[in-house]
Amino acid sequence: MTGLRYVYAVCRPLGAPLQAQLTGVAGAPAKMLTHHGLVAVVSEVPERDFSEEPLRTHLEDLDWLAATARAHQGVIDALTVVTTPLPLRMATVFRDDSGVRSMIESREEHIRATLERLQGRVEWGVKVYLETEQPQEAEASPAETGPKAASGRDYLRRRRQQTMAREDVWQKAETFATRLHEKLSAFAEDSRLHAPQNATLSGAAGRNVLNAAYLVPRGHSEEFVELVDRTKDDAPGLRVELTGPWAAYSFAGELPQQEVP
Amino acid sequence: MTTPSRLPEPYGPGSGANLADILERVLDKGIVIAGDIRINLLDIELLTVKLRLVVASVDKAKEMGIDWWESDPALSSRARRDELAKENAELRERLARLEELEQGTGRAHTHPKEAP
Repeated sequence: MTGLRYVYAVCRPLGAPLQAQLTGVAGAPAKMLTHHGLVAVVSEVPERDFSEEPLRTHLEDLDWLAATARAHQGVIDALTVVTTPLPLRMATVFRDDSGVRSMIESREEHIRATLERLQGRVEWGVKVYLETEQPQEAEASPAETGPKAASGRDYLRRRRQQTMAREDVWQKAETFATRLHEKLSAFAEDSRLHAPQNATLSGAAGRNVLNAAYLVPRGHSEEFVELVDRTKDDAPGLRVELTGPWAAYSFAGELPQQEVP
Repeated sequence: MTTPSRLPEPYGPGSGANLADILERVLDKGIVIAGDIRINLLDIELLTVKLRLVVASVDKAKEMGIDWWESDPALSSRARRDELAKENAELRERLARLEELEQGTGRAHTHPKEAP
């Protein structure tokens, strides 16, 4: 057998078995591997796709990346319904079960501490979009560049005018986003600001001006959702979007606000 | 829960989680544990994905005579830094002009300047 072990998450022992239909990234069923009183949720993945070289190549393929990311998230999501999983970064792969066991052993203390910290919490994502009447800027269309054959100079002038008109709108959007973030942070146990999303990737209309994650005890989630809902009407021209509940992805890292050097 | 055919949709259409939401979490967040298969996910950070998406349409954009992505702050963090630097320089210049003007007003009492 040449299968590798793809690990999705580590969690405390579940009271019940995993859903029978829970399928992982390569179509194989997700299974529980219990060691030292912790459960790694794993599935078998083929070496031809998940050893270093092919994996690196696949990760450059947006379709493969998207499908794998969704499958990974699907498993995490199913776990989030029944427990508090500690989600591992995508594509954490071991040679065999014993590799997974030694990982658990060597990280046991840290895993337990993090599970303790996140126990019973979920993550909510909140995004604010500035609704633009213009076509997506990422695809500045001929309409925006004006009647044909605009020179470089004309083009720049037009862009500058647009920029000035937008500044005021931006100011308002930023003020709204800042206030909203303050309000939600005060309610949540913890929060993280993420980089605004690219419209091409998200497929969302408008310009993303706030992209944040909030750590909220499951029991307070309903209140949190209501809090977000209530803000939706105070913001003409802006759109507030809520996603979740997610596993506490944004709060699982070793360090708060883990930065890429 | 998962569909055998295509991508599982854990959040259903109503919840609004898009691909970017999922990617930024599974690729960029979550606990980092070095597995036996060593892959540096930093190589494929979201930024790279974004850039590739932009680059995919470069030729089309060039055909339209558009090259602003090279200086659009939303598309390039370098451009954003450049923009800040430029703004700084402009503000400094403006300040210098104002200071000069103020000193100039002082002198203007002795040598009033005529408007052209």
